[in-house]
Amino acid sequence: MKETKRREYTKTKPVNLDVVTDDAPEAGFITACSPYDPKPSIRIEDGVVVEMDGKTREEFDSIDFFIADHGINKETCAKAMAMDDISLARMLVDINVPKEEITKLATGMTPAKLMWVVSKLNIVEIMMAQMKMRARRSTANQGHVTNMKDNPVLMAADAAEAALRGFAEEETTCVVGRYAPFNAIALLVGSQVGRPGVITQCSMEEAVELQLGMRGLTTYAETISVYGTEGVFTDGDDTPWSKAFLASAYASRGIKMRSSSGSGAELLMGDTEQKSLLYLEARCIWITKASGIQGTQNGAIDGLALSSSVKGGLRMVCAENLIASILGLEVAAGNDTWFTSSDMRRTAKFITAMLPGADFATSGYSTTPNDDNVFAGSNEDSNDYDDIYNIQRDYLVDSGLSPAGEEDVIRVRRRAAKAMQVLFRELGFAPIKDEEVEAATYAYNSADMPNRNAQDDMRCAELVMSEKITGADIALILKRNGFDQEAEAILELNRQRVSGDYLQTSAIFDREFNPLSAVNDVNDYKGPGTGYVLDDKRVSEISNLQNLISPEDVLTDAVNCSRTIRIKETAAAAAGRVKDEVVVCVSPSFGCSQKKTMGGVDHMDVLDEISAGLEEEGITARFVKCHESSDLGVIGSIGSALSGSGISIGIQSKGTTVIHQKDLSPLSNLELFSQGPQLTGELFRRIGRSAGKYAKGEVPTPIPSEVEPQTRRFLVKSAMLHGDDMRQVERGQRPMEFTYEEVE
Amino acid sequence: MKGQTGLKDYPLRRTMPDEITTPSGVSLQDISFEMLEKGEIKGEDIRISSETLLMQADIARQSGNDHLADNFSRAAEMVRIDNDRILEIYNALRPYRSTEDELLQIADELRSDYNADRTAAFVEEAAKVLKLRKKLRGDR
Repeated sequence: MKETKRREYTKTKPVNLDVVTDDAPEAGFITACSPYDPKPSIRIEDGVVVEMDGKTREEFDSIDFFIADHGINKETCAKAMAMDDISLARMLVDINVPKEEITKLATGMTPAKLMWVVSKLNIVEIMMAQMKMRARRSTANQGHVTNMKDNPVLMAADAAEAALRGFAEEETTCVVGRYAPFNAIALLVGSQVGRPGVITQCSMEEAVELQLGMRGLTTYAETISVYGTEGVFTDGDDTPWSKAFLASAYASRGIKMRSSSGSGAELLMGDTEQKSLLYLEARCIWITKASGIQGTQNGAIDGLALSSSVKGGLRMVCAENLIASILGLEVAAGNDTWFTSSDMRRTAKFITAMLPGADFATSGYSTTPNDDNVFAGSNEDSNDYDDIYNIQRDYLVDSGLSPAGEEDVIRVRRRAAKAMQVLFRELGFAPIKDEEVEAATYAYNSADMPNRNAQDDMRCAELVMSEKITGADIALILKRNGFDQEAEAILELNRQRVSGDYLQTSAIFDREFNPLSAVNDVNDYKGPGTGYVLDDKRVSEISNLQNLISPEDVLTDAVNCSRTIRIKETAAAAAGRVKDEVVVCVSPSFGCSQKKTMGGVDHMDVLDEISAGLEEEGITARFVKCHESSDLGVIGSIGSALSGSGISIGIQSKGTTVIHQKDLSPLSNLELFSQGPQLTGELFRRIGRSAGKYAKGEVPTPIPSEVEPQTRRFLVKSAMLHGDDMRQVERGQRPMEFTYEEVE
Repeated sequence: MKGQTGLKDYPLRRTMPDEITTPSGVSLQDISFEMLEKGEIKGEDIRISSETLLMQADIARQSGNDHLADNFSRAAEMVRIDNDRILEIYNALRPYRSTEDELLQIADELRSDYNADRTAAFVEEAAKVLKLRKKLRGDR
């Protein structure tokens, strides 16, 4: 089939690399409420759940037993299960229904019931419900800090920068598992350089991860994966009891922990029992809740490319987050996995967490370029910081990130790398050279890092474990070597493991180590003006971009040119008597408070080029300064009224130009060059030539103009420059003839 | 500690720096570089105590989260179990690792050696379900 040329082009767009699929419920490819999903049901006899979601107790698998016996709230379940889905869904978006009441009811709902209730909400309602239901009032974010070389110096520098940029939690993992202790230490040290109070984790096999935590080398854990079918749970080499035991093990060492799940995992692992994506995820969330785990990272996670391939996929992924919030869990809201080649789709995905706010807007924003992201790439990376900063500023929403000045970035990166250098020296590890510190300070990614001796590093990393080096040991070394702030911070993290305050739901620390959790910073959104309202300080933090411009900057720049013009007004402009002249009429600020166009053409050159163009046609230029208006139409018509040939060229300081003819109304013209920034010296010469031809009564071919939407970026400067032009207007002041010259 | 801990006591780090101690009895207030330098406390001693976990369980319950409180109550018992044994019990609860008897022996050990009744009951329940669902050693 012959395709249109437009289609030939759009076919090549990145979005069309994305794989999308029809629903196939029998194979598990359906978001929710599949014909194969159970109808919600519950029956309790003598305080024991004897039927749940269509299965009798005899038919329960291990997940059903776990949810029924440890999860379901038997006091509220009769009431909750009897209510209709739409009423419950409406309660979720009703600001007059307290979130605590909903959570109490929700703990009485089965996985199928929760799925049906959230399925009644559209995406805006899901966001609305999320704003109200999330656990912590303050919003935050979690960052991935990894690199493909497992380079500890770079990792510490990246951890420091990420902390400076506002991440409350940082997560690493390894390419080579034996480096794990180094990676954990790099994050621990680097994070405290960037901002005291950031907590860190190293995602490894369950036993290794727990050991790192027990040693105080990490301060939280997240990779406690749970699954929605018994078969996949078994393939994951766990049972609900082993996972719940692990959860308590972390708490028993004072270590914060959350679990990990996400729609699509069961589909990827080939065992969905023909259930829908959301039904299985609702079971995962319930396992987490029933284990007494305080929170979860969910929202498809690794399965996002799968979940987003079916219709309603991304809406469903947001509903996963919502179910977790409804059950009172902390939610690290996904957005941590690459799923699309389309920048529009990935932005559309992230914005559903940014706008309502989240406990953690992502469960892993890549704080390095994605090519160093060992979690196989995130939905956002370090190259997106400025985009995210702008979106936060646009909507005054807080995804937990703060713009950082380049000087501060370099300072913390270098200090973190130096702290690692000192630490390695004192521990007798393979030395870190000064050139590595320097490289880590300025690196784009790990390709910029000198290679280290892998054998030496792995041997030393193993020493960390065999010699039982603890977080406190590291703090002590830093303290002895002048890294007081970092040493104090790491020791304080140790004290926090003794008090256990950050084991409570959705806890993070501020820089003074005050915990902010669902206990003391509970989300109390009840409509406009309540909940998390950005205060003036935070608004100014997120708004303070590095590249803000002011009218002063723009006007200072407007007189900064290589050929500086000086204008000398000679006499009041009189009507022209010769036919071979064209009046060049300029705006009030031209050659005075402004001396070049927005396109960077010096006013000297503008007038020289126009004169030269006219001269080529045997026409003379007569220069007139308009004082009474800065409006281009008025300037053009004043000029043409004075012009002996009846033709004028009107020019605003910023470069916008018109060729005007006597007797045309001010808003009409022969040719208009409205996109001032596009006008080059050469084009001004062509304008001169064309005006000359008009003056001779010829009809020149109009100068072609191109539509360049990007010139809209000049709109801000344009408004500032035009504002200046307006301020120079003197009403009633007659147009003046002038001459000009170049000054040194 | 006197009576039940309440929401007003949160965060314990701020409200009770003297009363909150490690299992070895060092108070939050006293954990310092000086003590570390002198070797009076070691990194591995800086841990949460059973008492503190039970206080956090009270706080969790009062903020409406019974599930979290139950987890903290089991954790309070597990404080007494050393790192290696914790990892072994965790492994024993994974699929196809243990016989029913082995799990029941762990439950007995938890009761007698660690005074960990809740955790023991939890392991017994696991034994029952894993047997029913054929996830014990030899079931594969």
